[in-house]
Amino acid sequence: MVCALGLIIADHRFDHLDRVRSLLSLLAYPLHLAVNVPSALIRSAQERLTDAAQLRTMNAALNRENLLLKARLQQFESLEAENMRLRDLLGSSFNIGERVLIAEILAVDLTPSRQQVMVNKGTSSGVFVGQPVLDANAVMGQVIRTNPFSSIVLLITDSDHSLPVEVNRNGLRSIAAGSGIGQGLELLYIPKNADIREGDLLVTSGMGERFPPGYPVARVTTVRQDPDNPFTTVLAEPTARLDRSREVLLVWTLDPQMQQQALTDAESSEGASQ
Amino acid sequence: MTDALPRGGWLILASLLVALLLEILPMPVGVDAFRPPWVPLVTLYWCLNVPERFGVFSAFATGLALDVASGSLFGQHALGLSLIAYGAVELHQRIRLFPLWQQALFVWVLLLVERLLNLWVLAATGQPMPFLIYWVPTLLGLLLWPWLFVILSDLGRRVGLV
Repeated sequence: MVCALGLIIADHRFDHLDRVRSLLSLLAYPLHLAVNVPSALIRSAQERLTDAAQLRTMNAALNRENLLLKARLQQFESLEAENMRLRDLLGSSFNIGERVLIAEILAVDLTPSRQQVMVNKGTSSGVFVGQPVLDANAVMGQVIRTNPFSSIVLLITDSDHSLPVEVNRNGLRSIAAGSGIGQGLELLYIPKNADIREGDLLVTSGMGERFPPGYPVARVTTVRQDPDNPFTTVLAEPTARLDRSREVLLVWTLDPQMQQQALTDAESSEGASQ
Repeated sequence: MTDALPRGGWLILASLLVALLLEILPMPVGVDAFRPPWVPLVTLYWCLNVPERFGVFSAFATGLALDVASGSLFGQHALGLSLIAYGAVELHQRIRLFPLWQQALFVWVLLLVERLLNLWVLAATGQPMPFLIYWVPTLLGLLLWPWLFVILSDLGRRVGLV
């Protein structure tokens, strides 16, 4: 019992146990893989059973979406170049280069009271603790534990997680804390007179230097003035599909020197194209 | 005697492994809250029936395995499991004489104790508190105990463990 209590305290307060834990979780990895097998089988069976008509409609839909995205990307490239020029004029630095890696979520149920998922990429792919994790729509969370082949991601809705955000419409900064229960976020320390409305998009502000700036996080669902609360109560719903995504993106932000390199590259290619 | 001692050890390991798998097997969202406490059930079975082979320390190791597999705080399950293992090993001579339903009630109490200890750890480390549904799986454990008992006894008898 004393051992167990000692372990709990040691794990909660200090991080000496991290190495032991990652070693042990390496041993548990086959277990996790084995658990993943049935759902993987079901998924592959589903893929096999889809008929040709279904595949054709899906293909058509994907083609349409691809066309739309490409059209939008054309604009985006010129806008990015323009943005970079303007920022250069202002003398402010800006992240442009980010490397991403696609990882798959393992179908493993972890502790029900925590909002965590396990993904199938670990330190052998260069994943590190604190790395931001996105899905196709928005920010999902960050890596909290790694071993060579898998890592555990803490979702933004966990009650232990909070991330700096800003309102996309006017740049109002705040902190989005997970509520732990359900799928909500709460914005902390929003003054009573702040300009925030339902439907506002929240994006990462990059203040904590963990998450790259400018990624969507959540949409405001409730703005309420509670008499007993000195601040405005603001609730938001994550735009990432936290409970439905199968694949996630792990992001590496390039360090400043490489950013500069990428910036000059972009400018020279811009010059060449003109 | 010395020949009989190491027999059937693999059955204990295999049953615990299966329990671990069941504990982290993904389930539909609605059913997820009703997952029976597989690992505590199997641990209790071995503690009650082969206490000379499976005691507090084995339960502690099992708890650590569960902690690692489910990503909870290190030692959280180990604490609860080793404590209920102690209770089971202390009282096993009396419990084994009980009829099956009475045994099940005793096991239920131990499962409740295990959940309570888990809750303490959650509260002490400031993690979100679960709802009342948190206690429902122990009832499922109560219902499952007779079946588990019969199945594991049968398997144990076949490999000459019990």
